[in-house]
Amino acid sequence: MQVVQQILFLLALAAAGYFIGQRIKTIRNTILLGRDEDRSDRPEERRAMMLRIAFGQQKMFDRPLIGLMHFVIYAGFLLINIEVLEIVLDGLLGTHRLFAPILGDTYPLLINFFETMAFGVLVVCVIFLVRRNITKVERLQATRHRELSGFPEIDANTILFSEIILMFFLLSMNAADSVLQSRGVEHFHPVGTFAFSGFLKPIFEGWNTTALIAYERLAWWLHILGILAFAVYVTYSKHLHIFLAFPNTYFSNLEAKGQMANMPSVTQEVKIMLGLEQPASEAPAEIARFGAKDIKDLTWKNLMDAYSCTECGRCTSQCPANLTGKALSPRKIMMDTRDRLEEVGRNMTQNKGQFVDDGKSLYGDYISAEELRACTTCNACVQECPINISPLDIILQLRRYQIMEESDAPGSWNAMFSNLENNQAPWKFSPADRFNWAQKEG
Amino acid sequence: MSQALEFKVPTMADMAMQGETPEILFWVGCAGSFDDRYKKVTIAFAKILHRVGIKFAVLGTEESCTGDPARRAGNEFLFQMQATMNIQVLDGYGIKKIVTACPHCFNTLKNEYPALGGNYEVLHHSEYLQQLINDGKVKMAEGGSFKGKKITYHDSCYLGRANEVYEAPRAVLEALDAELVEMKRCRTKGLCCGAGGAQMFKEPEKGNKDINVERIEDALETGAQTIAVACPFCMVMMSDGVKNKEKEDSVKVYDLAELIDASM
Repeated sequence: MQVVQQILFLLALAAAGYFIGQRIKTIRNTILLGRDEDRSDRPEERRAMMLRIAFGQQKMFDRPLIGLMHFVIYAGFLLINIEVLEIVLDGLLGTHRLFAPILGDTYPLLINFFETMAFGVLVVCVIFLVRRNITKVERLQATRHRELSGFPEIDANTILFSEIILMFFLLSMNAADSVLQSRGVEHFHPVGTFAFSGFLKPIFEGWNTTALIAYERLAWWLHILGILAFAVYVTYSKHLHIFLAFPNTYFSNLEAKGQMANMPSVTQEVKIMLGLEQPASEAPAEIARFGAKDIKDLTWKNLMDAYSCTECGRCTSQCPANLTGKALSPRKIMMDTRDRLEEVGRNMTQNKGQFVDDGKSLYGDYISAEELRACTTCNACVQECPINISPLDIILQLRRYQIMEESDAPGSWNAMFSNLENNQAPWKFSPADRFNWAQKEG
Repeated sequence: MSQALEFKVPTMADMAMQGETPEILFWVGCAGSFDDRYKKVTIAFAKILHRVGIKFAVLGTEESCTGDPARRAGNEFLFQMQATMNIQVLDGYGIKKIVTACPHCFNTLKNEYPALGGNYEVLHHSEYLQQLINDGKVKMAEGGSFKGKKITYHDSCYLGRANEVYEAPRAVLEALDAELVEMKRCRTKGLCCGAGGAQMFKEPEKGNKDINVERIEDALETGAQTIAVACPFCMVMMSDGVKNKEKEDSVKVYDLAELIDASM
């Protein structure tokens, strides 16, 4: 019987590993569709950034109370993994609380620490559910933000519910276990009392031993299977930020936020036009698209940003365009980019790893001209993002495509362009009058 | 606030002819050259420089748009044409240090010209004014006209978030001995005036409110009768906001340079 359980456990673990592996491959392959951009410079600065922003969650503490609550879940996630390691080993080896004899007196201390974490996670998840569904924090409402309708809204609640259920199984398993320990049941050797599950003991004390063993085993299985299922689910969910926040902050933009990336392909043409350089005698290599129409025109970092986005909406809540009722939402830009990436990923999986043109693109099918044109490039979204995502960088690349490839500009922008070309100023003034302000008569 | 100039503003061409080099190039920008309201800021800043004896020059008719609005709109060709031509002029005169009163020019010259071969030390006029004040070169007159008055400062996105210049403009205002009151959204949380990203040159997209109206409400809430700005586009948007609220008689919008010029 024990061996059967061990085999089943191994199968479950292998299945989770397989599905997660497949997803990692797809995510990696779709990120690598993006343009090259060197983000390997200044490694020390990058490490410091990752430590501060991802490990230390510096930007989350912008709002101290929310920052603290998020930190409880984050620390819980990181540390409870040590207990999960014991559970996995128990499952594989057919042992029960493998670490208890090794750690001796430290073991109950450790379990109590994990229980404290688990209880903290549970409480914060309940508070977060309340904020989403009862007190209705504005930036999290699908009724106000169209990008949250459907899966994203369900996704957010699923994550919180799953974590509550997992923590409940963990605590109730410990409670049943400690009742069994106090009855001296074989296999359940005494390891001391537990802090939080102690409160659940009264529920189990009236149960007979067989029922208790059954519940303990059931909770153990549901907890670990739940964790494995959740780990697979995470790769489809906004919750992926728990892993990608780290590389994403490491590869942060380290330049001034106001700086737009140069386009060297344009520089060469401009120099030829101004007679500063001679055109190359051989036919020029095929020029890539100007700006970005679809995900493969964006950089790999833009694409990693999209997979890292947690849809918290801090960007959108500070966006001047969104605040005044315009169609633009920086969060939607990131979610659209990810949705398109997932679509391309499915396409590639179905076609043996090759993308077969589906006639769709990020610009047009997901993001509209109206959204792009509402952006004031104020960098509020970039400033707000707790993990240094830049929706602005995507917006500006799509604008370049819009203008340079499709010549699609509002009439007043075309007028501004022609003023610039003819008068070297965005308004229609004669360049000869540029210095008139200094005339002594004022 | 400003009066007419009582001195001749030197151009780089004049200086080069006399074999001289200025300490700084004052980059005036298009708004500073053509916009009637912002010309007053240009004059105020030139007067400050003249009064404290800074050897400066302007490009005059040789200056042209940095290309910022073209680049933000998506027209990279036009931006690079402008930038390349400007870099030729600047390098032709051997310019090393530039001061400008426009955060958009500041950002472009400072952060974006290097990739095209133009490397200069670039300062926004708020940073330069702060230096002049710290060095004791700019001194406020006793009982300056803004002493004890409430002033609120509107952060320009291209100065603040884009380049993390938050304190210099505030330090300049503090030199006025005024009571600096902050809006609820300030510094990193400052709300855009609505004109950046080439929005200045188009109608806003469909929405339920104009951004500058949203912002002017923040400013009026402080009770300040003077709104200080440090950007020509913010100047237009905030002034329009004041008009929209029909407060133009009681609330005034000034650039930092104008406030300093009037208090020296």
